[in-house]
This record gives sequence, C-alpha cells and structure tokens, in this order.
Amino acid sequence: MSGRSTRETERLHPITLSCRISGLLGLFGAVLCGAPAILCGAPAMAEDAGLFDGGKLLLTNGVSTIEGSAGGGLASWAVIPGMETDHGIGLSAFATDVPLRDFNLETHGFAIGLRNRLALGYARENFDTLSAGEALGLGHGYTFRQDIVTARLRLVGDLVYGPQWLPQITLGTDFKHNLNGAVVRLVGAKQSAGTDFTLSATKLVLGSSVLINTTFRLTDANQFGLLGFGGDKNAHRSGQFEGSLAYQMSRRLAIGGEWRTRPDNLGFARETASHDVFVAWAPARHVTLTAAWVDIGPVATFRPQRGAYLSVQIAC
Amino acid sequence: MLGLVPIALALSSPAKAQNAPDGVDWFKEFGVEQPRPDPVSGELPVKPYTVTDANAGATPFAGSDMARTFGGQDGIHRLAHRLVTLIITDPAIKDIFVATDTRRLERTLYEQVCYILNAGCTYTGREMREAHRQLGLKTHDMNALVEDLQRAMHERGIPFAAQNRLLAKLAPMKRDIVTR
Ligand code: HEM
Repeated sequence: MSGRSTRETERLHPITLSCRISGLLGLFGAVLCGAPAILCGAPAMAEDAGLFDGGKLLLTNGVSTIEGSAGGGLASWAVIPGMETDHGIGLSAFATDVPLRDFNLETHGFAIGLRNRLALGYARENFDTLSAGEALGLGHGYTFRQDIVTARLRLVGDLVYGPQWLPQITLGTDFKHNLNGAVVRLVGAKQSAGTDFTLSATKLVLGSSVLINTTFRLTDANQFGLLGFGGDKNAHRSGQFEGSLAYQMSRRLAIGGEWRTRPDNLGFARETASHDVFVAWAPARHVTLTAAWVDIGPVATFRPQRGAYLSVQIAC
Repeated sequence: MLGLVPIALALSSPAKAQNAPDGVDWFKEFGVEQPRPDPVSGELPVKPYTVTDANAGATPFAGSDMARTFGGQDGIHRLAHRLVTLIITDPAIKDIFVATDTRRLERTLYEQVCYILNAGCTYTGREMREAHRQLGLKTHDMNALVEDLQRAMHERGIPFAAQNRLLAKLAPMKRDIVTR
C-alpha cells in the first residue's frame, strides 16, 4: 500500500492503471481505459451530495459474473454491484474474456446498484466457435450471442457486518435472450429465451478471512443459455447449485475457487458442472482485475473446455 | 456546513475563544458555561455514566497471542494514536470529529482495543450506543473508519488475518454505532 491516504488520491489511480492494463485486453481494454473517468467522474462530483457515496469496502462489491450479476466470475453472489452503501447509488462496468481450447467467450456489460438493496444489470455474451464452427457445420467463427438482464434484491443480512451467522441473502432473476434462435432450436433447444431464478447467501467470515457463498439457481439454460433453453432430454427448469470459497489475503487481494452445476438438457452433447480457481485484485478503489483458470466441461460434443478467464471491472 | 466549523472549533478550545481578536469573551457575555479541561489529562468532562468493561461492546480474546501480535500495550498505544490522526484528517469523515475531544477519544480507543485484545487493560469509556447516539452515522462512515484502522494496522505490520480477527470483534458494534 502506498503512503497516500485520502480517497482523493486513490480516485486518480484507476484511470492510469486501467490504461496500463488495457494492452492485455485489446479493444475492451482500450474502451475501459476511459471508463473510470466517464463512469466515475460525475459520481465523484455528486459524492458530496451523498448520492454516489462510493463507500463499500474494497472487494466487497464482488466481481461481475459472465452473466453480468455480481459474484465471483462463474457463481452469482448475494452482493450488490457498485461501491455504494445503503444511502447511495453505485455503478459498475466490466469486460471479460475467456479463451478456451476450442472456443472463445467474450462478455461485457454494466450494472447499477441502488442503496445496496437492488441491482439491475445488462450483459452481452459472445461465444465464438472459431474453427470448431466449421466442424459443427456452422462456419468458421460462427458466434452465439446472448443478451442478459439481471435483477437482484437483497432481502436480509450484511456481507461484512451484523451477526456472524447471518449471511447477506439475495433473491434474483436472470432474463436471457439468445440471438441465434434458429440454430439453438436445431440442436434440440426448446426455447431461445429463458428466465433463471436465484437465491444466494454470502458471508465474509472476518474471524477467518474467508468468504463463503452458496447460490441455488432454478434454470433451464443449456451452456448458460448460449445453446438455448430446455431440450429433448429435459424440457424444464431444474435446481442447480453454485458454491464459492475465497480467502482474503489483504484488503486488495483475494483468492478462491468456485463450483457451478448445470442442467444436462440436450441429447446431442453432454453438459457437466463448471469450476474455476481465481485471483481477484483491487489495485485501486474503482478497479478490480480477476484472473482465473476455468473449466466449463465439454461443449457441443467438443472435449472439456478449459482456459483462462480475464476480467476488468470498474465500479464507483 | 463550513460556517459551523469555526463555531465548533471555538467550542472545543475555550482558551482560543477567549483570546478572540475583538478581545471579547463571547461565551461569558452570553452566559455560556465552558467545559474546563481536566488539569492533569487535558480531557473535557462528560456526563456521568457507569464504568464497566461491558461498555467495550465485545468480549476479549482468550490467551495472549493477539496482544503479542499487536505489540502489547505499547503497540496498541501507537495504533490508537495513528488511528485518531488518520480519522481526523480523512476527508470522508473528518468533519464528524471537529468538536470531538480527541485526547479522550484516543485514550478510550486505546483502552477498548487493549481490553478486547486481552493486553491487560480495563475499559473506562462509554457504551458504543451512548457514545455515537447523537452522531447520525451512516454505513459509509463506518467503512471509512474501518479502512483507516486497516491502514493503521497495516503500517504497524500487523498480519492481515490478525487485523480481520480484531475487525470481527468490532463488526457487530455497527448496529449500535450506525443509526441512519
Ligand atoms: C467499530 C467502530 C468504532 C469504535 C470501536 C468506536 C469507539 C469509540 C470510543 C471508544 C469512543 C469514546 C467513548 C467515550 O468517550 O467514552 C468513541 C467516540 C466517538 N466516536 Fe466512535 N467508534 C467507532 C466508530 C465510529 C465511527 C464510524 C465514527 C464516525 C465516523 C465515530 C465517531 C466518534 C465520535 C465523533 C466520538 C466522540 C463522541 C463524543 O465525544 O460525544 N466512531 N468511539
């Protein structure tokens, strides 16, 4: 940690920093380079008015999941995105790239948090089939796209404060709209749009510096919805589990692992649970960088898809 | 808000107010009774209250590990001093402390932390609910203070896991401290 104390000096950090890392993420890095200034500039001015208080403790806003809700990357958590506390508004934007063995998943989006109570988010997922697209008869680089709108309502509890036995509990829903309806129906999906329901409980157990998260999700999504919803094997929603365990190394650094089970609805290709191990680092107040090793299991008859997970989140 | 600062400052340092440039002791003119600092400690008097360790708001750690990790009473003294310096200069919360008797605050904070860490102190300050009742604090004030405390602990080389163990004792106090 530097000798500089005030939030003022920290506020300047992320802009230069995210510019430096922008090279890592190509185009999205370049876009994000200006994002803290654009995203957090006005809120910083409004901070005096108390609207954008930016008062959450570092890392307690979580990182954006591939679906745009706040969580640990793969698993949704009960946290509300943005740096606001219970009297303010918070904003959050992210870009994530997941280069797998045969595919590439790219996702980006933004979210707003209201009074650390309600969260609304939007994300776009682009799943590039690269040369696998040819083998699948879709054409090289055929890309599945999906729009996701997420909503979360914190019911009770606090991630950090309050009784140690009471986690922060959040009810949520993900509205997913796959943009490749014809193709996903062809592979056996029943629908091109679907709605997930989530119930999450998350707690930072300060005494042991450990964060524990469990999420119960009702979903009919095939490969997160990228291959549509429901299938010939199973047409309806089923209950799935997401678990995360993280250890806080410092104010700015956490490491952890996640496990997420998924339905197996499609006859033509098996789908299994996915998991990851991650490092999340907040080099500055408004920036969180996440690097993970992820395994989402076999996709569309292809071998288990493992790879890196790289994500930048700007929040204020 | 800014307009209130000189008034608050004047209230917290009666000596300065009496030497106002116009030479008039306005407190005397208006019959305002001035709190007199204790001649030995320099602290201002507070309304009487029952002194008990229970006012510290947490049970102490067992054993001497935590006390040793924090450098014993000497280390905790330095920690309390640094913490008070940080919070009264932190732009996010410094305005809340303009009228605070920081000598008393530093002493009672020291006692409280020392008591909780089982470093051989008794806590003689007020209960958390009582001490913060009038302040109308919000969650982000609490978080700002926690970050200042984390910084002070970090500077003293206290391992992060031990920092969090102390914070785990303080975190439940939020419901008594944050009233808005
Ligand atoms: C876990 C968190 C906290 C602890 C352990 C704590 C502890 C204390 C203690 C021991 C006192 C002195 C009691 C006495 O004089 O008898 C005190 C007073 C005070 N605290 Fe806190 N405090 C906490 C949070 C905060 C926060 C978040 C703020 C504001 C940002 C704050 C502002 C004050 C002020 C202004 C006083 C002086 C009140 C007066 O003189 O009447 N405290 N606190």
